[in-house]
Amino acid sequence: MEEKKEVLRMENIVKVYSNGVMANKGINFSVLAGEIHALSGENGAGKSTLMKIIFGEEQPTSGDIYVNGEKTIISSPQLAISLGIGMVHQHFMLVPSLTVAENVILGVEPRKGLLINRKKAHRQVEEMADKFNMQVSPRARIEDLTVGQKQKVEILKALFRGAKILILDEPTAVLTPQETTELFEELKRLKSNGYTIIFISHKLNEVKELCDRISIIRQGRSMGLYDMKDVTEQDISNLMVGRDVILNIEKKPPEIGDPTIRVKDLNISGENGKTFVNNVSFLLREGEILGIAGVEGNGQSELAESLTGLRKYNSGSIEMCGKEISGCNIKDIRALSVSHIPEDRMTTGVAPALSITENTLSDKISQEKFSKLGIIDKGKIKQYGLEMAKDYQVLCKNPDVRIDSLSGGNIQKAVLARELSSDPKVIIANQPTRGVDVGATEFIRKRLIKMRDNKKSVLLISSDLNEVLGLSDSIIVMHDGQIVAYFPDAGKISELELGKYMLGIEKQSESEIKEACHGQ
Amino acid sequence: MDSNKRIHLIVDMAKLMIAILVSCGLVTAIVLGTSSEPMNAFFSFFIGPFTSFRRIGNIVEAASPLMFTALAVILIFGAGQFSMIAEGAFFIGTLGAMMVATSVPLPTGIHSAVALLVAAAMGATVALIPALLKMKWQVSEVVTSLMLNYIVQFFSIYMVSYYFREVSSSSLASIAFLDTSLLPVIIGGTRIHAGIILAVILCLLIYFLLFRTTFGMKLRIVGNNPKFANYSGIKVTGIMVASQVIAGALAGMGGGAELLGMYTRFKWTSSPGYGWTGIAVALLARNNPLLVPLAALFMGYLNVGANIMARNSDVSSEVVKIIQGVMILMIAAEALLKKWKQRMIVEAAKAETGMKGDVVND
Repeated sequence: MEEKKEVLRMENIVKVYSNGVMANKGINFSVLAGEIHALSGENGAGKSTLMKIIFGEEQPTSGDIYVNGEKTIISSPQLAISLGIGMVHQHFMLVPSLTVAENVILGVEPRKGLLINRKKAHRQVEEMADKFNMQVSPRARIEDLTVGQKQKVEILKALFRGAKILILDEPTAVLTPQETTELFEELKRLKSNGYTIIFISHKLNEVKELCDRISIIRQGRSMGLYDMKDVTEQDISNLMVGRDVILNIEKKPPEIGDPTIRVKDLNISGENGKTFVNNVSFLLREGEILGIAGVEGNGQSELAESLTGLRKYNSGSIEMCGKEISGCNIKDIRALSVSHIPEDRMTTGVAPALSITENTLSDKISQEKFSKLGIIDKGKIKQYGLEMAKDYQVLCKNPDVRIDSLSGGNIQKAVLARELSSDPKVIIANQPTRGVDVGATEFIRKRLIKMRDNKKSVLLISSDLNEVLGLSDSIIVMHDGQIVAYFPDAGKISELELGKYMLGIEKQSESEIKEACHGQ
Repeated sequence: MDSNKRIHLIVDMAKLMIAILVSCGLVTAIVLGTSSEPMNAFFSFFIGPFTSFRRIGNIVEAASPLMFTALAVILIFGAGQFSMIAEGAFFIGTLGAMMVATSVPLPTGIHSAVALLVAAAMGATVALIPALLKMKWQVSEVVTSLMLNYIVQFFSIYMVSYYFREVSSSSLASIAFLDTSLLPVIIGGTRIHAGIILAVILCLLIYFLLFRTTFGMKLRIVGNNPKFANYSGIKVTGIMVASQVIAGALAGMGGGAELLGMYTRFKWTSSPGYGWTGIAVALLARNNPLLVPLAALFMGYLNVGANIMARNSDVSSEVVKIIQGVMILMIAAEALLKKWKQRMIVEAAKAETGMKGDVVND
């Protein structure tokens, strides 16, 4: 390999957040001029944190950063930009009501006296777009653009500010395949013009197609730096998902009963026409934990939302405990004995300023047990709060304290208390142990197994392979909105095997996938 | 009481004291800077309201309408809505009460009750408009309620001028209310009327509604996290609308009570602005209905003091607006005393965990 200049080097980066989470545990990272460098790792591996540190949005707890060989402290995004580092966020940072040109020049406007030189701005933006073959009109309004075009504007914005190193945070997550192809061509053109690109992604086929080298991180540690030609997708997958410890989860063999959830030919798409869930069919039965494995953003969240009434589905059918739910609201679905442990507990799982007791009662306060004629039975709910805190080991002085004064694990236990205490037949658990300490994780997993042993159905959505494999009786793998694999016996597969399906390297045959419907 | 609650309380109290001290300091500065007889002005402002039984009565009278509007604000803000309709609902309430009081002969007692109920119904109707607009078309309730307040004010004055006007009066005044409609004075030697009893009862009722009923709990959940409320199966928009309607009824009833308790004719040529002051009172009461009477009395005291000062010295009563503004700023300022509070919380946490020194302080 020819000698290229190292434009960016990070040594021993450690980052501890103020809530005690250690996101980076001594990461080394090095990028050469003019390469497309992939940064890959699972969700929560620490990729985003590392990039935020490069862009000056976060400060490392320890470690050094060298830009063009010089040791630098990147204290702010402004400084990062002046050093020639540009970032394209996954969630676009554009002003929707302004035009493309206005967004691109925002803050660095070409001036004529006190006024903005619009002509010059338009010309400059147009020239730049032409140069890199990005087809966007400088006069178009952002709100009228497609997602792919908005991304081009983001890239132009970074380039306009003089970026030489461009960081793209999971740029293809929001794009259609055609837009992705277009993006790749633009990025290759940028590369041939001498720009350096850091491409964050866990989509292996894309990484393989586009990038020159790859850095892999796993659980906050570097797993090495490789030339793309020296590694296969399989190697990358192993490095990303392989685990040192497997927590042992003990459970009895399942006693399978009647079906509780019946999903048939389900399609879900978003407002912009992006397909989230594509023709999915499966069956969940009593006494079964069905795991849905998959890299995040492959339709699992949308599936969970539709199953619980939070999102409308486009076609197909969902039957819950024998009832088709297309006309049901959330309350109706809950009344069918369906519980939902939501993906993000702080935004959907709790009312932060209310007490633990109130949070565990939000779905059942109108039940006769707790209120009569709309008047709350104070004694009953107090006692209930105490019971919940005790049964679910919510560590607190008393259940009347605000729930946001608890740690993540204890908040999650309170969520679990609410959802499991309503005597559900079906539990939809979306990332039930995310961001939760080991003790709470074990507790939550045991509770889910106990529900299953009591003939309840559990749909477990998790991007934690260890969890999916350890808890589930059978497993569905989702990739790109589709079911790509079904394993009737979760005990018979390895993480590495599962990883291949999750990352879209392999896909089972139609008939194997159809097994998920158990002939119904 | 657990330590976190205690710390919150201490900090809140300290903030309140600072707010009052700074306001007093400000008054002092203004008076010293503008008055030729500052001692007289100080005395009038701070001590004046307590110098006669009648003046103490004035404080209570001034507090009465503020209690109604503050309760309305607490309900609306509690549901996470920012409708400013308490102002308009109060004023349309005065119109409603005036119409019944002048034109519908009824026996004593029943007459006042009907007038108040009509006032409440009209307040609720006005408050419903921004709520519905938001529910149907996501129109910001802040904007619609603010605009609506003007419409309501001018509509009410128009009604008085063209349909209920006392023709023999040179200034704008409605025809006299029928005696049967007036709220009785309950303490002789003052104008303290039955409306204040109604207000105190409503404070208790609203407290009960918020903290002892399923509706109140749902309202607080919606106000704190509408996403979570929706996920829990609560009908979020229904609660939002209901909270505004009840609030409108409260403010409207307050308008009615003020009119029938304090006046014998409708004489306003513009809205007295109790809806706005209600926001300050709600803030001062920390959104707790049980603290509303205290906060309203305090605000009433300031108003009465300012009026006496304006009468007895050369400082105008607008000073009180400055005080209100400063107090709202200081109480609403989240960052005020934040470091102190954080330090207390960290220390409390350390003490509880047995002092391992690993508490992260950001």
